[in-house]
Amino acid sequence: MSFLEIKDIRKKIGSNEILKGINIELEKGGFLVLVGPSGCGKSTLLNAIAGLLPPSSGDIVIDGQVVTDLHPSKRDIAMVFQSYALYPNMTVEENIAFALEMRGVEKAQREAEVKKVAKTLQIEHLLKRRPSQLSGGQRQRVAMGRALVRQPRVFLFDEPLSNLDAKLRVEVRAEIKALHQNTHATIVYVTHDQIEAMTLATKIVVLKEGQVQQVGTPAEIYNRPANLFVADFMGSPAMNMLKGKVSGGGIALFGNDGIKVAMPPSVTANLPDGKEVILGLRPEAITDSGLVDPKVVSVAQIEADVTMVEPTGSDTFVTGRIDGASFTARTRADLHVAPGQKFAFSFNLDKAVVFDPQTTQRID
Amino acid sequence: MSAGNETVSAGQANAARYFIYAALIVLAVVYLLPLYVMLSTSLKSLDEIRGGDMLALPKAPSISAWVKAWGEACIGVSCVGIKGYFWNSIKMVIPAVLISTLLGALNGYVLTKWRFPGHKIIFGMMLFACFIPFQAVLIPMARLLGLMGLSNSTTGLVMVHVIYGLGFTTLFFRNYYEAFPDELVKAAMIDGAGFFRIFWRILLPTSGPIIVVTIIYQFTNIWNDFLFGVSFAGGEASPMTVALNNLVSSSTGVKEYNVDMAAAIFAALPTLFVYVVAGRYFVRGLMAGAVKG
Amino acid sequence: MTTIEPAPVIAPQRQSRGFADGLRDALPKIVLAPSFAVILVFVYGFILWTVYLSFTTSRILPVYKWGGFDAYYRLWGQPNWYVAMQNLAIFGVLYIGICIAIGLFLAILMDQRIRAEGVLRPIFLYPMALSFVVTGTAWKWFLNPGLGLEHTMQNLGWTSFKFDWLVNPNMAIYTVVIAGVWQASGFVMAMFLAGLRGIDGEIVKAAQIDGASTVAIYRRIIIPLLRPVFLSAFIVLAHMAIKSYDLVIALTGGGPGNATELPSTFMYSYTFTRNQMNVGSASAVMMLMGITAIIVPYLYSELRERKQ
Repeated sequence: MSFLEIKDIRKKIGSNEILKGINIELEKGGFLVLVGPSGCGKSTLLNAIAGLLPPSSGDIVIDGQVVTDLHPSKRDIAMVFQSYALYPNMTVEENIAFALEMRGVEKAQREAEVKKVAKTLQIEHLLKRRPSQLSGGQRQRVAMGRALVRQPRVFLFDEPLSNLDAKLRVEVRAEIKALHQNTHATIVYVTHDQIEAMTLATKIVVLKEGQVQQVGTPAEIYNRPANLFVADFMGSPAMNMLKGKVSGGGIALFGNDGIKVAMPPSVTANLPDGKEVILGLRPEAITDSGLVDPKVVSVAQIEADVTMVEPTGSDTFVTGRIDGASFTARTRADLHVAPGQKFAFSFNLDKAVVFDPQTTQRID
Repeated sequence: MSAGNETVSAGQANAARYFIYAALIVLAVVYLLPLYVMLSTSLKSLDEIRGGDMLALPKAPSISAWVKAWGEACIGVSCVGIKGYFWNSIKMVIPAVLISTLLGALNGYVLTKWRFPGHKIIFGMMLFACFIPFQAVLIPMARLLGLMGLSNSTTGLVMVHVIYGLGFTTLFFRNYYEAFPDELVKAAMIDGAGFFRIFWRILLPTSGPIIVVTIIYQFTNIWNDFLFGVSFAGGEASPMTVALNNLVSSSTGVKEYNVDMAAAIFAALPTLFVYVVAGRYFVRGLMAGAVKG
Repeated sequence: MTTIEPAPVIAPQRQSRGFADGLRDALPKIVLAPSFAVILVFVYGFILWTVYLSFTTSRILPVYKWGGFDAYYRLWGQPNWYVAMQNLAIFGVLYIGICIAIGLFLAILMDQRIRAEGVLRPIFLYPMALSFVVTGTAWKWFLNPGLGLEHTMQNLGWTSFKFDWLVNPNMAIYTVVIAGVWQASGFVMAMFLAGLRGIDGEIVKAAQIDGASTVAIYRRIIIPLLRPVFLSAFIVLAHMAIKSYDLVIALTGGGPGNATELPSTFMYSYTFTRNQMNVGSASAVMMLMGITAIIVPYLYSELRERKQ
């Protein structure tokens, strides 16, 4: 039984349809991440769940109660905003207590609740300060405290990490994850950052132009992207998209019949010979031969020109080129290879995903 | 941005700087001269004014002209000085400023945080109202004040100034609240605060600067107004500016320039005081009213 | 992320449930309504009323007998009105032009890392705090032919010095310009100074590296970048010029004779002292049309730009 249901939500602003019938379900205690590029409608959807922007049609159901027409304050939700939205004229303590005050909670109890939350988030020493006296990370924590103190049915996060610097972002990300694991709160989280989505979610929804592209666990989204958009959007560097043609149980790559990779029959069985396909292969599935997992069933060795080498410290990304088509490989850091050389890459085809270039959908 | 060009030779640069300072000082003297002449004239005796030099310092400074302007000078037929008119202006300016500022704040709040279809047109119409020549509403207003029995009354002037100040106060607060993050209002809504609670608890406490700017702007404008005063409030109810003009342009009796100047200084004091105390906000207010939209 | 959403709007609920919800949704409009109604009636309603009066035969009191374009024929048949229009043209052009020239000049001087900026700026600006009536009174005295500047210069030994503009019908309008410029030029300086301070210093550094002289930097880069300030200053000054009434009344009383008549003084005297209310209304309508022609395109472009 799902705790949060989003039923055929549509939103039109003027003639512009921003949400085109969204259906999502989330179980109690789940961590749902809405991810997508700018303008995909993810923030609009979050605002609809919060009640800040009424949908044109469709329903939001929380714990069996239709809340679509309820005022935001009556939905029993809490929200952490991108800018944190801390009231600048109030101290941290007053900020956290404000929602309780609005609900008529008595002062003594308010103070006790604030203390408890401050302790959980380790911000007790900041309670008397004003938001302007806090660092970005501290503000973020106060914003979470303001949400936590309410003990709402659903927490909403609107890109809460986008205003933090890279190092802090990783730290706070881990804190949010720990918070979820400890409190078993039900969370809906919006981000454009696919790494955040992967690390935090129990369930990811990829959105594009107001439509759900795929719903799944992080592993499903990453390993079995439903279409070219999801494949390209999730993962960095992006998945390699290699043009190919079905040919006798395998796929001829790079427009060159000379380079043919054998594919598991499950992939090619239903495809006629000569059918054009796109072979999706993550960079970590293309490596130097020394890194290939011995359990892998089908591996292809393909020689290519090296055009660029990008060491990152932990790995080295190598760009290879065959017949005008480029791909990125993730090799071990101490690989000795230089642009201009030829190099034999190992393609781990167990990880390959095949897409139909016409429909852009994955072929199973 | 400051353009000091380091590539110019030192001699040239020095000459340029001498020129700059010289020009600025000469201009500053020119700008100060009328004020100086007003002050020194007000401290001179009539004989000294007639016989002496306008620019000369008073030989025997005396505040008798000030005393006379305040309590004895003849405006029209009554010779009780300008003090009554000074208080008229005070009684007019304080309620008019407070009411128009409060309404402007509420309007700005609605027009930025509680938008509804048509809010742009409404704001546009209020904005245009700032710029109309008041001559275009003078006759109807005079008629209406007459019908309401508010002709020649401070209450009537307060009403007029509130009405024709609303456009500006709304503009100031709208522009200020436009930059106020919507997320704070959304957060307060989720926290359970309503329309007025959000205004009093979240927006108003952070509106200090714009409140000061608006009050100064309104205060200077209303205090300095002449047209409404002379059109709607003659005689006893005249504001300070009208009384000053009556005093200065009256052609009966001996022309007492020192008293005229003292009265002018009284008329200028409140706004000059505001300018000296809160000059920074004063400038910001003028600019806010100037760089519209 | 909010690119396709319109300016964030907190919209009311889709459906209201019950009276309390309905009231809550309507509250913002209820709060705004009185102000808007007041503006609607006292600005737009009154303008229509004035327009109507200009088509009546009103004299000392408003009467609502249709008079057609009679008042406009009489207005444009008045030599006085032509004097007022001519004076407005002289005053407007000189007042706006000189204020902008002096304001820009002062702002550029003040922008040269001047030591005493904090002292000088208030000196140039304080006239703006004064009432036009005070300004007029002060300059009336300062320019007094018998006892003012003329007398002083003669005392200083320049016995042939004459400065009788205040009482010279051909020159009196220029005294209004002088007093007006004295009052407003400091404010124009403040506008330009704010504009100069808003210019990205890196642009100037880039120009210096490109080998531009200080003069060239100002002429080719900085002044063109101040275009919006020129526009704002023009609008403010034009608006003040058309409305200005108090300054003329206090300085010259519209005289000598009708030498400093402006549309604003014309309107007032025809309406309230010469008992030709329909002609006065017609002149007010002309003023309104003049200001509308300047302001509406400006407001339109400003409001449109802000949307981006």
